[in-house]
Amino acid sequence: MGMTVAEKILARASSRDFVKAGDVVEPKVDLAMSHENAALVINQFLEIYQGTTLVPRIWDPSRISIIFDHRVPAESPKTATNQKKVREFVLAQGIGKFHDIRGDVGGICHQILPENGYVRPGYVVVGTDSHTTSHGALGAFAFGIGATEMASVWALGTALNIEVPATIKVNVKGVFKKYVGPKDLILYLIGLLTAQGANFKAIEFHGPTIRSMRTSGRLVLCNMSVEAGATAGIVPSDKETLRYLRTEAGVKGKVELVTPDKDASYAQVIAVDVSKLEPQIACPHTVDNVKPIKDVVGTKVNQIVIGSCTNGRLDDLAVAASILKGRKVADNVRMLVFPASGKIYSQALAKGYIGTLMSAGALVMNPGCGPCLGVHEGALGDGETALSTTNRNFKGRMGNPNSQVFLSSPAVAAASALKGYIASPRKGAK
Amino acid sequence: MPKVVLKLGDDISTDVIYPGRYMATVLPAETPQYAFADLTEFNAALKGKQIPAGSIIVGGNNFGCGSSREQAVSTLKGHHLVIVARGFARIFLQNGINLGLQTVVCPTLEASENDELEIAGGEVVNKNTGKRFPTIPLPRARQAIIDAGGLIAYTRKLLQERHSRPA
Repeated sequence: MGMTVAEKILARASSRDFVKAGDVVEPKVDLAMSHENAALVINQFLEIYQGTTLVPRIWDPSRISIIFDHRVPAESPKTATNQKKVREFVLAQGIGKFHDIRGDVGGICHQILPENGYVRPGYVVVGTDSHTTSHGALGAFAFGIGATEMASVWALGTALNIEVPATIKVNVKGVFKKYVGPKDLILYLIGLLTAQGANFKAIEFHGPTIRSMRTSGRLVLCNMSVEAGATAGIVPSDKETLRYLRTEAGVKGKVELVTPDKDASYAQVIAVDVSKLEPQIACPHTVDNVKPIKDVVGTKVNQIVIGSCTNGRLDDLAVAASILKGRKVADNVRMLVFPASGKIYSQALAKGYIGTLMSAGALVMNPGCGPCLGVHEGALGDGETALSTTNRNFKGRMGNPNSQVFLSSPAVAAASALKGYIASPRKGAK
Repeated sequence: MPKVVLKLGDDISTDVIYPGRYMATVLPAETPQYAFADLTEFNAALKGKQIPAGSIIVGGNNFGCGSSREQAVSTLKGHHLVIVARGFARIFLQNGINLGLQTVVCPTLEASENDELEIAGGEVVNKNTGKRFPTIPLPRARQAIIDAGGLIAYTRKLLQERHSRPA
């Protein structure tokens, strides 16, 4: 019997020839990522060593990445102090892949890892963030863990007691209509699978639509796989993965692609044809409450958010700028734009997207998680509605339990910003 | 006999258990004050020590979905609550095991607030309705972490074994 990508990666990392879904393994970790919650990881890490004669040392500081993104710049003395403690720990332990609050190398963790070439096909990546699933876009097995589990990884270099997940295979064919893309596909799939449909499973993306999709789009699919409960989302690595790593992430040297065996065993196979797919909207207050746009067109919005680890990349800003060029954000609508990294911000500046967005009335903020998780800025007022390109719309997500969040693609968000209500960018489009 | 102090539906997210705006608070000693902060009455009852240790929260499917934030577990553990749900999201369940939060998977559970539940011998007995519901045991691999007293103690043990081994 053959192996899926998840099985192949976990077999290699556990020094086994073969593993199958349900096996329990202790894979070596290739990359371990944390953000501000490294403050808690440090606390738990030091506790492991309490009562022993051992000196707390990270197993391999070159394999740790810490990126400040959740609350940047700090919104409170508490956060600033935690960030200071993390900085001191990074220095003391010699952690290499550290990204502080900076305009050049800073940004959101799920953009920083790929754009710096930290993730390679076949890697086992763990992160103290549920959207660590993003990195499956580069053919890695990447999953979210809690802070204590990360402390254990820092000490041992292995993830303990990992159950090899069964895999759902998703075959995607067809060409997207104009202004329909990866975000609409993943929202559609989450609606189909439900919020727990892939719980404890991996999702493997296949088919001609995926093969011709750029890594930026694949990141959207894998990023939101966790919203169907998936342990990991994976696009088997291919020519596009190599192109991205070589030309966008500056990776040199050997890169080995990992593909599933032809006779790999899947728990479920789903076929999707995107050629007739319309823009999809996740409605309050669950991500699997997905409807085609026609069902919610006209819903009044107070705030538009474009950005985040899901949709804050250059192509997202490009489509928003193309829709807003020479036009104005509607009165009484706040449009907030958060590029996913300093690098993307600079590229968008050079291409004129930032200027276009600002002239239209959008407020362009610094790279970071921004209003997505309601801890920092861009909170909603009582009874207000946001339309956002982020990944979650749980009650209270944007900082106010008395508000509601709809999720969409950047094209829908931009078209809706012009109208002040949910509107299709496809109106009039061929 | 412990009582159900809160009955919740499906897909209870970590944003409901521990709202994102309190994420700057990370230490297990400090997180309990924000448990279910937006359910203001329940939060007040917790903070007012009106809820005895061992009390039960009943959840539907996919309890703890969303973020990996461990605060969502430490905030409940701090009040010594027991979570009995039809199902849990993966990261929450793992965090619960790692920190020693008592979680019980009971796929067919039917219970209301104020019901008394007996959890033992692979089943949950609802003392008010007399109905019995089977529980699903945790995988053996997880049990090793529980038996060690949580992941910190388990990792400490593994580290010490590794260092005492002759090179």
